[in-house]
Amino acid sequence: MSDAAAAPADAVVAPRVGLSPFRASLRRFTANHLAVVSSFVLLFIAFACFVSPFFFPFGADDADFDNLSAPIDLLSAHLFGTDDLGRDLLLRVLVSGRVSLALGFFGAVVSVFISVLYGATAGYLGGRIDDLMMRSVDILLSVPFIFLAIVVNVMLGKNNTSLFIAVVVTLWLTPAVIARGQAVSLRNREFIEAARAGGMTSFQIILRHIAPNSVNVVIVYSSLLVLETILTESFLSFLGLGVQPPAASWGTLIAEGAQKIETDPRVLLLPGAFLAAVLFCLNYITDGLRDAFDPNER
Amino acid sequence: MFAYAVRRTIGSVPTLFALTAITFIMMRIAPGGPFSGNRRITQDALANIERAYHLDEPLWLQFARYMWGVLHFDFGPSMTYRDYTVSELIRAGFPTSLEVGMWAMLLATLTGIALGIAGALRRNQPVDYIAGALAMTGLAIPIFVIGPVLQLFFGLQLGWLPLTDWPGDLAHKIMPVVTLALPNIAYVSRLMRGSMIETVRTNYVRTARAKGIGEWRTIVRHAFKGAILPVVAYLGPATAVTITGSIVVEQIFQIPGIGRYFVTGANNRDYPLMLGVTLFYGAIVIFANLLTDLARGLLDPKVSYE
Repeated sequence: MSDAAAAPADAVVAPRVGLSPFRASLRRFTANHLAVVSSFVLLFIAFACFVSPFFFPFGADDADFDNLSAPIDLLSAHLFGTDDLGRDLLLRVLVSGRVSLALGFFGAVVSVFISVLYGATAGYLGGRIDDLMMRSVDILLSVPFIFLAIVVNVMLGKNNTSLFIAVVVTLWLTPAVIARGQAVSLRNREFIEAARAGGMTSFQIILRHIAPNSVNVVIVYSSLLVLETILTESFLSFLGLGVQPPAASWGTLIAEGAQKIETDPRVLLLPGAFLAAVLFCLNYITDGLRDAFDPNER
Repeated sequence: MFAYAVRRTIGSVPTLFALTAITFIMMRIAPGGPFSGNRRITQDALANIERAYHLDEPLWLQFARYMWGVLHFDFGPSMTYRDYTVSELIRAGFPTSLEVGMWAMLLATLTGIALGIAGALRRNQPVDYIAGALAMTGLAIPIFVIGPVLQLFFGLQLGWLPLTDWPGDLAHKIMPVVTLALPNIAYVSRLMRGSMIETVRTNYVRTARAKGIGEWRTIVRHAFKGAILPVVAYLGPATAVTITGSIVVEQIFQIPGIGRYFVTGANNRDYPLMLGVTLFYGAIVIFANLLTDLARGLLDPKVSYE
């Protein structure tokens, strides 16, 4: 479907002269309706999670003892009803989503940052240092990532910071390999040579020239990184290793719901639907970004 | 090729060593120990227990002791499952994990290939859209959501399949196997569809068609061999996906495999159990990747072992 959607965009772009590569890519992206719709749905969910809870007359953990296990009633105060402790189901899912979404976003940003610096350093310096640095990445990549995440999570204690680190530790590896490839191809270009002739140190060159020019190849994968961060976080939280009570994320809510399917399936289905919706959107956005921005795809 | 296999096997030793070392060190930096739980225990008794498990020795000595044991296939005693060694626990749980995992891999490969071919040959037709939607579902909905939802519908609402009390019969296996297979069905069908679309455009497939052997034989005898290569290359990563999935699937469906040991080991600071399972699964993934590369070499004349 994506190639079908990309075709008319190329037709629009081709005859025009003087369209910057970025604008051309953006145009290709906006021509992919699925990706655009996904972006809006994702923004809507993020808005619902971060802003709408302020407009509820009660808190996410407030128990409404008059309405225990209230049914779905779109006209009552509790749109999707309450759980057996009288907590509003929808509000709880929205507030928990903050953890998942924020972690996904910042996890991806930090992963991109680390991987580009690491890959740029390895690729630019080359030789033994490159071998050593990339060999360690290979070793870490050969381990199922979840093992690494669980070990790091256990090592640093069960809290949100350690969860964040555990997720980032496992996710920066693949983009680092990509960034390194870009850095290797940049190493012998004239402008780098000029920088070296001008007396810049390796450290300066990596920071000012190699890293910024390696970011663009990694940025295409950023939405995939957001997706994988959210997935890893909820995976760990589902196993009881990530976010700890009383805090909750979609993973912990789903784990809770899986225990309660016999009494109240909503506790499982509502957070499950939100998580799935976000992951669907991120999948389509990833596809759209890749079709629009990846130079190898053109 | 034999030399290549030997070289790769030797090359995996440092990887496994690094994996063990990293896990060992990180587990030990972790606060708390296997015996510092809520139970009330006197200082003397704690010291005695720690001495019995050599936990009072310097870290490097413990590590050397552990590695020496591993070389003899001795992964030490479990610290939470009393009276069991880690080897015994793995031996007891692995057949179950392997059985579920193998069925899931088989189901994923066959279904994925079938869906991929169907999608490629009937491109932009209903079959293709259904296969594509199924693939997207498998990619986007995590298995820890799919598992409980399947339980809810087929176990509780419809009452077709049993929920608990795992005796390992067919009815109990269906849901875990399908759940575990779904992400790989999605990947395999996407890979197969893409490579089949490219393969049917190649010259050798056109030649086969021109010979007049019929569409079915062209696809099965000629195009299939070329199109299957990306799927074969994916089998190594697919093993890793299956192992990762088995951790939650075994938890959801209460299956007595070794995936759950990993979580209990992590929670209880059961150092030997966690190290043992990590090393065991790490070795399996590395072995699967090796087999994948060898299979690629057998199928693809363009792959050469330098």
